[in-house]
Amino acid sequence: MAIEVRIPTILRTYTGGEKAVEGTGDSLSSLLADLDSRHSGLRDRLVTGEGGLHRFVNVYVNDEDVRFLGGLETPLKDGDSVTVLPAVAGG
Amino acid sequence: MRPVLTLPRAMVDQVLAHARRDHPDECCGVIAGRDGVATRLFAMANAERSPTGFVFDPQEQLRVWRAMDDADEDLLVVYHSHTMTEAYPSRTDVRWSANTPGAHWLLVSTRSDDDEVRAFLIAADGTVAEEPVEVVDDPPGTPGDVTA
Repeated sequence: MAIEVRIPTILRTYTGGEKAVEGTGDSLSSLLADLDSRHSGLRDRLVTGEGGLHRFVNVYVNDEDVRFLGGLETPLKDGDSVTVLPAVAGG
Repeated sequence: MRPVLTLPRAMVDQVLAHARRDHPDECCGVIAGRDGVATRLFAMANAERSPTGFVFDPQEQLRVWRAMDDADEDLLVVYHSHTMTEAYPSRTDVRWSANTPGAHWLLVSTRSDDDEVRAFLIAADGTVAEEPVEVVDDPPGTPGDVTA
């Protein structure tokens, strides 16, 4: 099954410049593992060493922030769309 | 040529008003642009509601980013306020600016009644370069213009 993933400009170095890539997986976690097999390094920019989502990125499934859906365990199905944006913050 | 950030007076006034309104918390938002020319301002919520930091609300950010994308606009400016210190990027600002390459960081301060508005380009290596803010009078027909 195919899930479209929209990639922000700052991460397109991992996708050969592509704005959107396709992947498969029944959860966000397995989707990111699948993407990383073709776009090596991308997963590390999204997931911390402890296995949580980096606070430097926002990930949305069908326009919902995954922090409110189940994080990396958010279930996915064919036709879902995933959007990644750089978080914006400061002090 | 030294870079200059040119902004319409109405937008600068909006940023200053937003900062005063949200004081003592920091305010934040973005200015969209096309080919380096400011097109519109989005005043955003500070999800952190903090006097010492700001975070864009992720859900609101997605809507704003989509709106810019649909209109072929770019992120021209990220703005926010400091409430107790000068309008100069903090170390936290410098760190986070890596997420918005190419965008100007516009800072205002509400530490006193004087208006402080300063703009910066922050390089990937963390070098902070201040650039002048050129405030231009609003073109006829824009909201707030009374001569049109």
